[in-house]
This record gives sequence, C-alpha cells and structure tokens, in this order.
Amino acid sequence: MEPDDPTFRSVTAPVVHLRGAVALLGRFPALAGVDLDVDRRRIVLLRGANGAGKTTLLRALAGLVPITSGEAIVLGVDLRVDRRAVRHRVGLLAHGTGLYDELTVADNVRFWTRAARADSADADAAMARLGLDGRLSDVAVGRLSTGQRRRTSLACLLARRPELWLLDEPHAGLDKEGRDIVDDLVRDAAAAGATIILSSHELDRSIELADEIVTLGGGVALDEFVSGGDDHAQ
Amino acid sequence: MNSCPAVTIMLSDAWLIARKDLKLEIRSRVALNQVIPFALLVLVLFAFALDPDRGLLEKATPGLYWIAVLFSGLLAMQRSFAVEAADGVTDALRLSGLTPSGIYLGKTLSVAVQLLVLEVLLGVGVAVLYGTSITGWLLLLATIVVATAAISTAGTLFGVVAAGLRVRETLLPLLLLPVLAPVLIGSTRAFEAALSGTPSEGWPWVGLMSVFAAVYVVAGIFGFGPLMEES
Amino acid sequence: MTTETVGSVEASDSGPTSTGSRTTMILGIITLISLGVLVLFGLILSPADANQGEAVRIMYVHVPSATLSYVGCFLTAIGSVVYLWRKSRWWELVAYAGAEVAALFTALTLATGMLWGRPTWGVFWVWDARLTSEAMLMLLLLGYLAVRRLAADYEVRAKRAAIVGLLLVPNVFIVRQSVQWWRTLHQTPTLSLSGAEIQGLMLFSLFTGFVSITLVFIWMVIHRFRVAWLEEQVDAEGLDTAIAERRAEGLVS
Repeated sequence: MEPDDPTFRSVTAPVVHLRGAVALLGRFPALAGVDLDVDRRRIVLLRGANGAGKTTLLRALAGLVPITSGEAIVLGVDLRVDRRAVRHRVGLLAHGTGLYDELTVADNVRFWTRAARADSADADAAMARLGLDGRLSDVAVGRLSTGQRRRTSLACLLARRPELWLLDEPHAGLDKEGRDIVDDLVRDAAAAGATIILSSHELDRSIELADEIVTLGGGVALDEFVSGGDDHAQ
Repeated sequence: MNSCPAVTIMLSDAWLIARKDLKLEIRSRVALNQVIPFALLVLVLFAFALDPDRGLLEKATPGLYWIAVLFSGLLAMQRSFAVEAADGVTDALRLSGLTPSGIYLGKTLSVAVQLLVLEVLLGVGVAVLYGTSITGWLLLLATIVVATAAISTAGTLFGVVAAGLRVRETLLPLLLLPVLAPVLIGSTRAFEAALSGTPSEGWPWVGLMSVFAAVYVVAGIFGFGPLMEES
Repeated sequence: MTTETVGSVEASDSGPTSTGSRTTMILGIITLISLGVLVLFGLILSPADANQGEAVRIMYVHVPSATLSYVGCFLTAIGSVVYLWRKSRWWELVAYAGAEVAALFTALTLATGMLWGRPTWGVFWVWDARLTSEAMLMLLLLGYLAVRRLAADYEVRAKRAAIVGLLLVPNVFIVRQSVQWWRTLHQTPTLSLSGAEIQGLMLFSLFTGFVSITLVFIWMVIHRFRVAWLEEQVDAEGLDTAIAERRAEGLVS
C-alpha cells in the first residue's frame, strides 16, 4: 500500500466536488441533484430536517452509496468511475457504531487501525485522546454506554488518519466533555490538513465550529453561505 | 512473497480477519455454549431415531457424522456473518481498506478452524456413543481436511450471498445444502471406505472434494468483492 | 430518457419495446407446427417399443427437455459471467430468463421421468444417477431464483444471483460426477436405453422431439426475457418525476 502523499494533489483542487449528484435508495432519490464544493481544511456543517438527505450525502461521499448521475469527485477520485478507491481515505462516523460488541474497546480500535494499515501506536494514542485508556480499554463494547461506544467509534476513525472526515451527528449521545473532545478533534484535524463535513442538530455548537453551512432539503443543497462567525470569510 | 505484494496484503488481511473472528468466538462462547451442544444433541437424536441394537446406527455412522457436521457447521457459518451484520460493521468493513479476497480467506479460515474443532469432538462422540472402531487413519484425516476446506469455502461464499438480508437464516441452507451434496456424498463414502478397511475406494472422493474446494476458493477470491459491494 | 440516470445500463444495451415481434410470431407459428409434427410422429406413426411398450413415447419429450434444462443452466452461467464482467443488464436478464425456463424444463424432465419410471420400473422414483442429478439441478436453480427474486434493490439481487449463476456450471459438473460414482460404486445405473437400439421412426421421432422442444425453449426464453426487460423499464420509469417530487420537498420546508 503506497502512502497517500497530500502534496501529490493540487492544493487548490476541491476535496469534494458534486454537480447535480443523484443517489437512489431503491427507487427513492434520496439525493436529487446535489451541488457541493468543499475545499481542503474546511469544516462544513450540513443541516436540514430529518429525511433531507444528510446521511445519504455523507455515505455517498464515503463511496458507499452509488451516485447514479451528475458529477461526483471526492479527493480527486471520480465516484462514478470507482467509488472504492476513496474509501480507505475517508473516515465515516455513522449511526451504527461499526464495532464488534463481543470484543473489547482495545481489540476493536486495534483491529480497525490495523485494517486501515495504520500504526498500532496510533490506536493507543487515539484511545488516550478519547479518554478510553486504562480500565475502559479492556471492557467489551457490548457493555459500554452509548456515549462510550461513540467515543470508541471516534477513536477508530481518528487512528485511521483519514483525509476527509464525514461525521453523522457526532455530538449525539455524548456528554459535555465528549462534545468538547469532538470539537477539539475536528479543529485539530482541520489544522493538520484534513477536511471535515459534519451533520448535527446541535446547531449552537456546530455553527461556531463550522466554516461553512450547507442546508439540505428534498435531496438538494438549498443554499450555501458563510457562517455567522465573521472570522471565516470565504 | 515480496514479488507479489497483492498476495501478501491478501494473506495478511486474511490473518487479521481470522484472528479477529476466532478471538470473538472465544470471547462470546456461542460456539462452546450452543453449537457444540447442538452437535452432540444431533448425535443423540440419531440414536433415538435409529435403534442402536439393530446395527442400523453402526451402518449409518459415517452419514450421520457428516450430517451432524453440516447442520452444526451451518450454525457456525450463520454466526460468522451475523457478527459482520451488526450495527454498521458491514459499512466499516467496506471502508476499512481490507481487500475483499483477504476478508473471504480470513472468514473461511476461521470457519474451517471452528469446523475442525467440531469434527474432532463429534468424532469422539461417535466413537464413544456409537461404539465405532476407528481404522484407516490416513484416509479419515485426509477426508476431514478436504471436506472441511470444501464446506468452509462454499459456506463462506454463500454466507455473504445471503448476508445482510432479512431472509438470510432461511436462504443460506437453501443455497448451501444442495451445493454441498457432493461433499456429503464424498465424505460419507470416504469414511465408509476407511472404516470398512478398503481405503482405495475412498481416495477418488478426496480428489473430488479437493476440486470442489479449489473451485470455491477461486470463486470466493474473485467473487467476494462484488458481493460485499451491495447490501 | 432515463437510461443515463439508471447508471449501469450500457449505451449498447437496447432492449425490446414489447413482448411480441414479427420474427417471434413466425417463430411461434413454426414451433406450433413442429409440435404438431411431434404429436403425429411421437404418438401415432412411431411404433411401440418391444420392451417398454407405449411408455417409450415419453422419451420424445423427456430426453430433449433434460438436455435443454442443462442448456438453460449454461445460458444462466454465461449471462451471469457477462453481467459481472461487463455490467450488462441485458445479459443479466438473459441469465434470469434462462434460469426460469431451465427450472421449468427441469420440472418437466422430472415429471416425465417419474411417469416413465412408473410403468418401466414399477415405482415413480429410483435413485438413478441421471434422475438424481436432475433433481439436484432443480434445487440449484431454485436457489438461484430465490436470490434473484429477493425483495431488494436490483443491483443487490442481480450481483448476488450472478455469483450463484456463475457457480451453477461447476456445481452441476461436480454433482453429476459425485452422483455417478455414488451410484455406480454400489449398483449399475438403472435407466439405460443401451439395450435397445433406437432406430428408424423412433429415431426420427426423437429428432422431431429435439427440434420442437428446442423451439419451445427458445420461444420461452425470448419472451421471458422481454417481460423481464419491460419490468425493469417500468421500474426505471418515473425516476424523473420522483426526483422532481423529491426536490419539491425541500422547497416546502
């Protein structure tokens, strides 16, 4: 596996470029022609009512849901040509935990870290960062609380060192401390050169975090504007 | 192996998956607490169905042994895919960067290890409960190895065909058991040949089952990618 | 046109627009005529067999349908391979149509085989190698059809069914081989026509049987394919409206 060299791609090329992207769930057009451009190191908040297409958009960007028409380029990969090529470079925090209940926290994080061909030292560092070191690391995931599982999923994501973070409701189920950790992780990742797209209903918290806000409705991006934080001029 | 990095990656992925699966099985103890007792239960039920005093049981032992292996193995295979269906794990596997062929081989290996354990225990069970005297060790061992390979390679491939569907518990036996019919015939005949002291009759079956396993390994390595894609 | 949005349909895949056409109507008429000829030769002109009596006439349907059940199975395997390789929906539907018609012919073979077995052997079923292989083929085809008819997205059904379809051929070979050995190691195959030389009018009737049953097979595969194709078109139809409706949801909120 050759390491991904960030300098290899043009820095100015957008990380995400969607034009009229349509994605079908069965026969239902969950995405009905989304236009979206996200530059590197940006933090983008997706908002919209339930069923607006946020989750499908994040899954499509991860290369899990096929884009059936329109343009869709993520991290320089044309998703309509090969959507598998992008997968190991993104990190998706989904509604499901993506963890094996019978295995311990440490087993899970190490397994997914090794699966991503990352260093197992990264796994330990990620667990420490999420407050999962010590006693918790030897507990089976099935015995954890929802928030602790969420942290474990985040640790798996962090250890993978993805270039594009796709976070579906990352604040859900976390306590105040956990949410602060999420926000710190997101800021650090952006500072280190990653791009983050998150959906959240915690608008107060997320608007402060985000550089851009995109509102989805009816499977399309309704508008795209710069957030209230005036220090993030486009 | 350096000359072929794709193969090295595939094998290391397979090892990672197999270790994870076996660790999970050891932790969860489902195999220990449910599958193995079920297998032994099947042996006892056969004894009830076929009167042990009339020699029927003795004659039917090879067939009963392999039926017990198939049915309890089916439980192990169902389980092997049930753990991957849990709570977003399927997506996580697709995103992981693991090669599909590596995942296939890893799951096959873990199923094979579980089947071997099951077969040894059932062998002991048959020897004790049915009073079978064991002869023809070489043929017996060869049969166990190739039959296990055949069952686990086909079972893992059809396991993923049925995976992620609401009907998977009923679909897997429908798909797998007709396909495994030749393995059942072959392993039973080979066992009969070994136990009756005519091993030369058994070796062609070992060959047939090896061909079967080879076909399924190739199909699994190439077919697992497209199968993992949609669910 | 919605072909672009459907995605996996290739530009070269152009399909039928109705279940009938001039050519297949002519084919249908020829098929009917050939069936008439088969009835004439099979039931009236050909003689009864010295050993089997009138029951031998079942052969004129039984043997061709057995052959065609395997042909259908090959068709499914080929269609599955081309679908997996080229993503061709056309070939996927050929595989599906082939499997359904093959299942029908397998059922016909088993039914005629049992009807033939009753007067010949005195029982409906014997564990004859060929009959057992045919029964296993039926089960394998039912497995394929179960996957192909799953209540799931087209891609899910098609890909999974294609893997099963592709394995039909090696499975059939291995099953036939194993059943053959299984039987021959213990007893000789029960059903054998080798004793009686088939010749003259009987041979011609068998030939007529092959021709007419093959025509029926071709006609059925073509029509089953067309129906399946049109069903998929209906599914794809209305996507534009669905997208428009979906976009309208956003404007309301």
